[in-house]
Amino acid sequence: MPRFGQGERAGSATGEAVKAGEVGPGGWERRGRGRAWSWARGNLAFLLFSLVALTVPLYLTNSYYLSILAFFAIRLMPTIGLNLLLGQAGQISLGHAAFIGLGAYGSALLTTRWGLDPWAAVFLAALLSALVAVLIGVPALRLKGHYLAMATLGFGEIVLILLVQLKGLTGGTDGVVSIPPLELGGWSLADPRLFHVVVWSAALIMLRMALNLPRTRTGRALIALHRTEIAASSLGIDVAFHKLQVFVVSAIFASIAGSFLAHYVMFISPEGFGVTLSVLLVAGAVIGGLATVWGAVWGAGLMVLLPEVLARYNEDYTLLVFGLLVIVVMIFLPEGLAGAPARLLGLRRTLPDTVARRSQGEPVEDRGSECRS
Amino acid sequence: MSLQDFLQFVFAGITSGSVYALTALGFTLIYNATGIINFAQGEFVMLGGLAAVSLHSGGAPLALAAIGAVAVVTVVGLLFELLAIRPLLNASVLAQIIVTVGASLALRTAAMLIWGREAVALPAFTEGAPLSVFGATVVPQTVWVLGVTALIVIALQVFYRRTLLGKAVRACAVNPMAARLLGIPYGRVVLLTFGASAAVAAAGGVLITPISFMSYSSGALIGLKGFAAAILGGLGSPAGAVAGGLALGLLESLSVGLLPWSGASGYKDAIAFLILLLVLFARPQGLLGQVSAQKV
Amino acid sequence: MALVVVLGLLLFAGLGCGSDETTTDETTEDTAASTDTSVGESSDTSEAGDEVAAPTGEPIVFGAVVSATGPAAALGEQERDALEMLEGQLNDRGGLLGRPVEIVIEDDQSNPNEAVTATNKLIQQDGAVAIIGGTISPSTLAMKPITAREGIPQVTMSAANAITDEPPIEWMWRTPPKDALAVARALTHVSEELGVTRIAVLHDENAFGSSGLSEIEKSAADYGLEVVAKESYKTDETDLTAPLTKIRSSEPEALVVWGTNPGPAVAAKNMDQLGMDIPYVGSHGIANMTFIDLAGEAAEGVVFPAGKMLIPETITDPAQKEVVEGFIAAFEEATGQKPNTFAGHAFDSVGLLADAIERAGTTEPGDIQQALNETTGWAGPDGIFNYSETDHDGLEVDDLIMVRIEGGSWVLAE
Repeated sequence: MPRFGQGERAGSATGEAVKAGEVGPGGWERRGRGRAWSWARGNLAFLLFSLVALTVPLYLTNSYYLSILAFFAIRLMPTIGLNLLLGQAGQISLGHAAFIGLGAYGSALLTTRWGLDPWAAVFLAALLSALVAVLIGVPALRLKGHYLAMATLGFGEIVLILLVQLKGLTGGTDGVVSIPPLELGGWSLADPRLFHVVVWSAALIMLRMALNLPRTRTGRALIALHRTEIAASSLGIDVAFHKLQVFVVSAIFASIAGSFLAHYVMFISPEGFGVTLSVLLVAGAVIGGLATVWGAVWGAGLMVLLPEVLARYNEDYTLLVFGLLVIVVMIFLPEGLAGAPARLLGLRRTLPDTVARRSQGEPVEDRGSECRS
Repeated sequence: MSLQDFLQFVFAGITSGSVYALTALGFTLIYNATGIINFAQGEFVMLGGLAAVSLHSGGAPLALAAIGAVAVVTVVGLLFELLAIRPLLNASVLAQIIVTVGASLALRTAAMLIWGREAVALPAFTEGAPLSVFGATVVPQTVWVLGVTALIVIALQVFYRRTLLGKAVRACAVNPMAARLLGIPYGRVVLLTFGASAAVAAAGGVLITPISFMSYSSGALIGLKGFAAAILGGLGSPAGAVAGGLALGLLESLSVGLLPWSGASGYKDAIAFLILLLVLFARPQGLLGQVSAQKV
Repeated sequence: MALVVVLGLLLFAGLGCGSDETTTDETTEDTAASTDTSVGESSDTSEAGDEVAAPTGEPIVFGAVVSATGPAAALGEQERDALEMLEGQLNDRGGLLGRPVEIVIEDDQSNPNEAVTATNKLIQQDGAVAIIGGTISPSTLAMKPITAREGIPQVTMSAANAITDEPPIEWMWRTPPKDALAVARALTHVSEELGVTRIAVLHDENAFGSSGLSEIEKSAADYGLEVVAKESYKTDETDLTAPLTKIRSSEPEALVVWGTNPGPAVAAKNMDQLGMDIPYVGSHGIANMTFIDLAGEAAEGVVFPAGKMLIPETITDPAQKEVVEGFIAAFEEATGQKPNTFAGHAFDSVGLLADAIERAGTTEPGDIQQALNETTGWAGPDGIFNYSETDHDGLEVDDLIMVRIEGGSWVLAE
């Protein structure tokens, strides 16, 4: 773990163990109260956020704004998955665009070629993505740091190449046209307002699941293994299994996002599902902040809205400004946007301490243990 | 397959592979000192090529244009470290990597604004007919790329093993905190590394522009392949980076050549990445990487 | 809506200030402007002479989606420039139906998802009566369901066959020659002028190159040709000697290269290196000086299909010649650059829509639709357009020419 300037972090990790030992009954109570309070606060935030997100179509009927918000929800889903994968499981993936692609193509092909009901297609595509995630995850998650990054990146490239090359199945670069929209109780979700409610409901369910994770068995195991994998495994925690679980869940989230994308845009082609998207997804998750699942909301929001706003001024400079802003955000808000309000208000200590530290940890890599020539 | 064709596939692999190797060297340098994978590495290659073209068309002789381009891009690399990496020296590696993602977007767009969108060319360093071996041909420029790559690897080995500063860089790589405690100026080492890495990348860009042309968008593919090459060779070793680059290039061209059906070239990257995955699963530290000590 | 009105008024004020070149017009425009502002929108008093009546009233909005940034920017950039120029040109000529024209341009960053958002904005926010674009086929295909649902005419500047081959096409028209047309032109040349039968295809893996390949495979037999080898590459690939060596071993008599720069230039140089001296037939993707600049000597003798605007002297139709020469001159004056094929697509899109609206006499979508379908003999850079209820492509093989590169310049190949 030790990298430069992480001395105090390495130190605090051992310090943490000491603290945990000396906590005693009073300490537990203090901790418990803090946790209950933050849990209640988290619930309130979730309820408010859901209320706002779901009622938007009541007062916003402009389908331009609604389509931006729809893409926000679609981007939010894989970002939540990556937030869990990076933040909770400490694993990186540079191949998640492939799962979005699998979801999108699964939905598109099952409905247009085999006439399946769109919802069944969404489900089957997610199942397929989960299977693929298991197949790639079992060997890949044994890799460390940048080797895992490369393995997932290679996997993403292979999926993309297959989407392009298997013309008979996928239509190649021509893409798939005339994908039917989703339906709900006889209502076509081609109506942007109905689609908004459904896509945001799905995104909110994922958000809720992610927020609940730390209170589940897997979540607790993840926190343990994130602190120190070796100690966790010697305590009998099945490290590989829990990592794989999160990887598969994040793949399913991404796949469902891809399905929504396909049924919303009604046309898909392979170009959009390459390394660039994978890298931007990770960037979005990190910029939003990995300390809390809410970081995904911030990150996805920024990645979707910012280019939209910038393009209003000068399209040529959009990506320049966007790239520079990514740098500026990371420099001034290393914990991401979600950490910003607390940082500004000087409230950082009120964050649950496990979480505050995780954000600064080094989820990608365990460098100190590697030798090089 | 005739011997001529087989040799031609080998030469094709070496031509692309030498480009990947040179790019992988830049990744290795930065990774060695900081643990960062610099996603902007391909952009530095692109900047080197475009800067050389500008200087050359502005009247500078080829050699001067090449040196000038390397100098300009080195300055960009130093500025990048000072402005973007320096403030994050104490942040997580992930945050540092994301900064390089932002930088690659910014640099690519800036290059587009400066040089426009069209690809540009540079004359070959030495004029003349392609070299021929049993009827298979290779352009002299490829020899240039290989020669400079070899020179850089030798220079790096000497630097890391024989000079005090080089040993300091290696110390930082093994344990930055201990290195700092020993009085090694970690900040300056990182700065130096980014400058050197940008210089290597720029040299690569200048060398390959006569072969494959250069445009503002060329950096992305080169960067991706360079990263793959560095990983294949085992991150951190200059010799491994070169071996990984050449291996990747040969994998690609031979999979085009050896697969019997027409259209196989569409799968060459998939095959290369598949083999890369298999190598990683079988040997998680890359081809020439050393087994990592498990810390308990 | 208020925004549109304000923008319209601003535009109007801008026109009122007039240009410095025509002092006499300036005064009439000024008076027209002042009468209008005093009387308001309901005024219909703009019958001030028949040459240049300043347009009045609420502007007619065209929405355009172009790829001004991203991988396809080389295509979309001049489309954007041309659209900006054409807006001014239309208004200088008195607008449409006496009303000013406003072309709102959105950039999709070469990303179909962005094109969806942009199209929604143009229709909802800007009140566009017609949509122009997108630059790339994926964007057009992503926009198609929206314009079809809303019932808004869309004139695309992209070439994939599926755009007008797959229903619904009621609201979709096209200006560039579709892929099938360019392939037909190139293959006619191969079989009739080169007189060979065994061809190989080297194509870009992107949508442009792949579409070219599938069209060649589909129609090769019609021209008595056999595709003996096909290989592909990525646009920014370093070296193409590997696929070329593979192709060489199948002994083709001609090589068709379908892609956009710089790949085809790398291929040309690598063919020289390998000593392959079979004819090189390119696509309209290399109908630009960049290819010649990059490939240098290796570009000599390469032939490719292109629109007639590339060599305006080859245009035989006098009306088309006049339009094209006028466009080239105006574009050069406005931007300092020579217009490329893509600028031509933008010209045709705006021109065809303007023509249809003038004939329809209204901006009702249904009327524009009918007028577009009745377009006959409308001449522009891409050719002479004849749309009908069933033909929304409008062009024929004869609207394209085969060009050969000789002495670093273009000459007619046949």
